[in-house]
Amino acid sequence: MNEHQFDNANALVCNRNEDLDRQKGKNRKTVSTEKVLTVEELHVSFKTFGGEVQALRGVSFELYKGETLAIVGESGCGKSVTANTIMGLIPQPPGRIKNGKVLFKGKDLTKLSKAGLRKIQGVDISMIFQDPMTALNPTLQIGEQLTEGYRTHHKVSKANAREKAIEMLELVGIPNPEERLKQYPHQFSGGMRQRIVIAIALICEPELLIADEPTTALDVTIQAQILELFNEIQEKTGVSIILITHDLGVVAKIADRIAVMYAGKVIEIGEKREIFYTPQHPYTKGLLNSVPRLDLKEEELQPIEGTPPDLFAPPVGCPFTARCPFAMDVCDRVYPETTHLTKNHAVNCWLQDERAKLVFT
Amino acid sequence: MTQPALLSVIELKRYFDVGRGDQLKAVDGISFDIYKGETFGLVGESGCGKSTAGRTILGLYNKTDGEVLYDGQSVHDMTSKERRHFLKRMQMIFQDPYASLNPRSTVYEIITEPMQIHGLYKTKKEMRNRVNELLEDVGLSGDHANRYPHEFSGGQRQRIGIARSLALDPEFIIADEPISALDVSVQAQVVKLLQRLQREKGLTYLFIAHDLSMVKYISDRIGVMYLGHMVELTTSAQLYEKPLHPYTEALLSAIPIPDPDIEELRERILLQGELPSPINPPSGCVFRTRCPYAMQVCAELKPKWLEKESGHFVACHLHDEKVMARNDTIVVPELSQ
Repeated sequence: MNEHQFDNANALVCNRNEDLDRQKGKNRKTVSTEKVLTVEELHVSFKTFGGEVQALRGVSFELYKGETLAIVGESGCGKSVTANTIMGLIPQPPGRIKNGKVLFKGKDLTKLSKAGLRKIQGVDISMIFQDPMTALNPTLQIGEQLTEGYRTHHKVSKANAREKAIEMLELVGIPNPEERLKQYPHQFSGGMRQRIVIAIALICEPELLIADEPTTALDVTIQAQILELFNEIQEKTGVSIILITHDLGVVAKIADRIAVMYAGKVIEIGEKREIFYTPQHPYTKGLLNSVPRLDLKEEELQPIEGTPPDLFAPPVGCPFTARCPFAMDVCDRVYPETTHLTKNHAVNCWLQDERAKLVFT
Repeated sequence: MTQPALLSVIELKRYFDVGRGDQLKAVDGISFDIYKGETFGLVGESGCGKSTAGRTILGLYNKTDGEVLYDGQSVHDMTSKERRHFLKRMQMIFQDPYASLNPRSTVYEIITEPMQIHGLYKTKKEMRNRVNELLEDVGLSGDHANRYPHEFSGGQRQRIGIARSLALDPEFIIADEPISALDVSVQAQVVKLLQRLQREKGLTYLFIAHDLSMVKYISDRIGVMYLGHMVELTTSAQLYEKPLHPYTEALLSAIPIPDPDIEELRERILLQGELPSPINPPSGCVFRTRCPYAMQVCAELKPKWLEKESGHFVACHLHDEKVMARNDTIVVPELSQ
């Protein structure tokens, strides 16, 4: 009996090693240069009783085919507003897209009519929300929720849609899909519900998947399962993913590139290793130093003192000035130009300026 | 540690009636000691009973069975006078800084309420001075006393909650997920604050959280809970270097590390399935339904709480030599409980 157990344990270890090799190969993938999405100088504001909140103040980035771009930042930095703007989910009013473009397949999504948007939402671009408990309709069988979008966009028979739904449930790893189709959301656990939400998002085979904090509401062991699923799905379908999160551990695991946002602007963007190992912006460095690491023994946490600026009246210069240990006079007055350090790594910080070297010698 | 424990939790149980005669076993027999001046971390995933344990220890919930001894005195068998005195010594910080402060009270009113209940200060001036002192202790200023909670950010509100918990000068603080509602950079600020206060005032903490990396950072010793049971307890360094329980191992491996190279090379143990219902928990070892090493004996026998090394406790048959040595245990039905 004991020997038997050892065999099992060995099999487990072997499986794990295979997984590991596959993962390694995957993480070193070369990202294609074909652009799926281009966001240019996006400005979005919301009217409130207290005045106008300038949620996005010039956000630009590109997304390539088959890659995962993580957008990280603290609450209120505009990462969710960015996602909602791309998806066309900004309620207008009170929101207003004041400036900028979201280019997808040659079309500017910010200029499309409602009907035009509907042809893209859920078909070419779909979205996964944070809370799987509220993203599903509690009164509908999950089979209906899965096929609703597919039948609307593809004009197929119920039987065909059902087949597709079963295929999707298998893809996201839900056992007994035939029976599960007839069940209601409350009959599923949190992790299973998130799998269903992912299946719904993928059923029309979108080119772009936006995931807004997809694992924040889940426990770590379940989070690990879902992150694994994202990797598998991207491998199988080649979908491009925009992942919005505040968890740098999650980012280290599944992102290819990272955009760091602060007070409605992208302050640094680059490949995963560039951001983690050679961060240039003091805010990026501060963020990396303020998370405790499980693998280090004696470490000192270095919190970033202070709080982000008020977006009712954002500063003209660099918004991080008030919290920045390297702030100079110019930082408060003029917003820094973008400095391109490598092909993919760009940062907005006055410290990159030649003249800053004279100050810090 | 030779000194007597400040807090002893002995076989504590807390069940909730959920109708139809069913009981939800939120905490099902946990035992541990906390010594003066240390930080004890209690971790586990949602629904493991860690918050219920914290609230039962403070006496916010009645116990179902077992004992909580604070300084030798049972927390649940106190007269109201004794309890009043006890609450001066033990206080709590709550998770949600938005829900735990009364929006209609000023910061001054929030912080002085416990002082007034206990009649600590005779004059208004003394009280005002004390409030200023407390606010400065937590990194705010006396000017903030006349403002309302909505004027503060999440991190600042949590500081107000901490100031309130310090108002009675307690020696023991239960912090129930004090940072999980805050942003990453602010989390570090609050944890640093808690550490500084501990040094300055000699506080003892019971730190409840689901974020194992933060718990490891702040705690001296850590207890890991799963479905109402304590599965492992040891020092925080030992827990990471030499986890004994398969659940601890899986939990540690599931936490992503913010370092791409390390993250890529890590072995990950993916647990299958999800948490079973605490209304009808599995027989024997509660973790066996998700355990990669589950044996038949795990379904039949509840694992013993064993001290494998000095101060390193674990509840798992894999580490029970007596069970592992007996080949027949696996098929002996009369041992099932």
